Amino acid sequence: MPPVDWDLALRSLGPIALGAVRGTVPLAVVSFAGGMLLAVGVALARLSRHRVLSGAGRAYVSVIRGTPLLVQLFVVFYGLPSLGLVIDPWPSAIIAFSLNVGGYGAEIVRAAILSVPKGQWEAAHVIGMSHRQSLTRIVLPQAARVSVPPLSNTFIALVKDTSLASLILVTELFRRAQQVAAFSQQFMLLYLEAALVYWVICLVLSAGQGRLEKRLDRYVAH
Amino acid sequence: MSPTDPTSGPPLLTVRGLTKSFGPRQVLGSVDLDVVGGQVLAVVGSSGSGKTTLLRCLNGLEIPDAGTVQIAEVAVDFARRPSRTALGRLRDRSAMVFQHHNLFPHRTVLQNITEGPLVVQRRPRAQVEAEALALLRRVGLAERRDAYPSQLSGGEQQRVGILRALALHPRLLLFDEPTSALDPELVGDVLTLMRDLAVEGWTMVVVTHELQFARDVAHQVAFVDQGRVAELGPPSQVLGDPRHERTRQFVRRLLHPL
Repeated sequence: MPPVDWDLALRSLGPIALGAVRGTVPLAVVSFAGGMLLAVGVALARLSRHRVLSGAGRAYVSVIRGTPLLVQLFVVFYGLPSLGLVIDPWPSAIIAFSLNVGGYGAEIVRAAILSVPKGQWEAAHVIGMSHRQSLTRIVLPQAARVSVPPLSNTFIALVKDTSLASLILVTELFRRAQQVAAFSQQFMLLYLEAALVYWVICLVLSAGQGRLEKRLDRYVAH
Repeated sequence: MSPTDPTSGPPLLTVRGLTKSFGPRQVLGSVDLDVVGGQVLAVVGSSGSGKTTLLRCLNGLEIPDAGTVQIAEVAVDFARRPSRTALGRLRDRSAMVFQHHNLFPHRTVLQNITEGPLVVQRRPRAQVEAEALALLRRVGLAERRDAYPSQLSGGEQQRVGILRALALHPRLLLFDEPTSALDPELVGDVLTLMRDLAVEGWTMVVVTHELQFARDVAHQVAFVDQGRVAELGPPSQVLGDPRHERTRQFVRRLLHPL
């Protein structure tokens, strides 16, 4: 085994970290935010008594979960131009990742809403709240607590999945690592370094999850 | 406290021809009831008799198939599916205490009580909070105002559930077996509070298994059997000297379970 080129490892950390800060992290954060908006909407659609609405929600979830993320990314970036719709790499990635998170998140949000006891809805209705007030003030805050662990999984998976955006020319963490690797021919070193940076990001996120859970758990008896 | 004449005064709650089926099973068959303002109606009966469904039809938690419910000046005819506005008006005149309290776990004791007055009735915060604190002081829970429901005992939770109902200034209080889920030693505090409310002149419909409470506090007792009001009258008659065999059996079973 050749000796580790520590000098290269150190010098490449800059570009890779920059890729994380300018690419991976904002891509994940923006896509997750968009995806969660979608997820709540789709979950409510699936829970709705309106047949067409719940059918549409179900179909959406089925398509997203039944097709590879890489294919979804390619359809948006390489496929849509043939319909005359050309979207830049960044917005393409955000659209594809948001749609993807929306599909998986919808099922989590739906399950979390269903986990809130029926008596909570009834108590809210009886004090005169509308359906919307009951949902936003009483049910969703309780559902949020339940959904933090599974949604954290989704977020962490998304952070790593953003590496796929390198294939549609988004300059993020992994693409930076690839560029340095191609230039220096030190593939093992650079890809391990990239893996390490992903891991560090995910460690930070896990810590954040722990704190959030603690905060949302403050009203639960222990 | 001796019940006054149950027919005196104008009715605050009037129920006529209330029917309800779940699928093929008829749960309520044409129920008529009147509760005079300031009086207490205890609804008793075996489990599955339809008494809880009857109570839940009064504020539209269950939608009856037919019949009318009138609380104060608000009358709703269930011959047609009622609008949200109509249900809202029924709920505006009434408040409900649940068997399992159904307090909002993510809100403090004080917030549970003020949520309705602030968010639904849009009354000024200072006034609402002062009133909620007065209610809490009354039941000796003022120092628990910032606790979460999970930090209270079952009896305390149910008393907060009652305060949450009172804070809405309803005309009619509905109780759905408020002590059935409590440990026996916690029942007393809740019943004492309910007794005080009766003495103060609150109009109450109480679905209960506490026959002693019904006897002491209620002005009228309705015995519900197979979805019908089988017997209705002052407690001394319905519980003391029941006319129907089914009522007699029921009272005997509750008083002498072995």
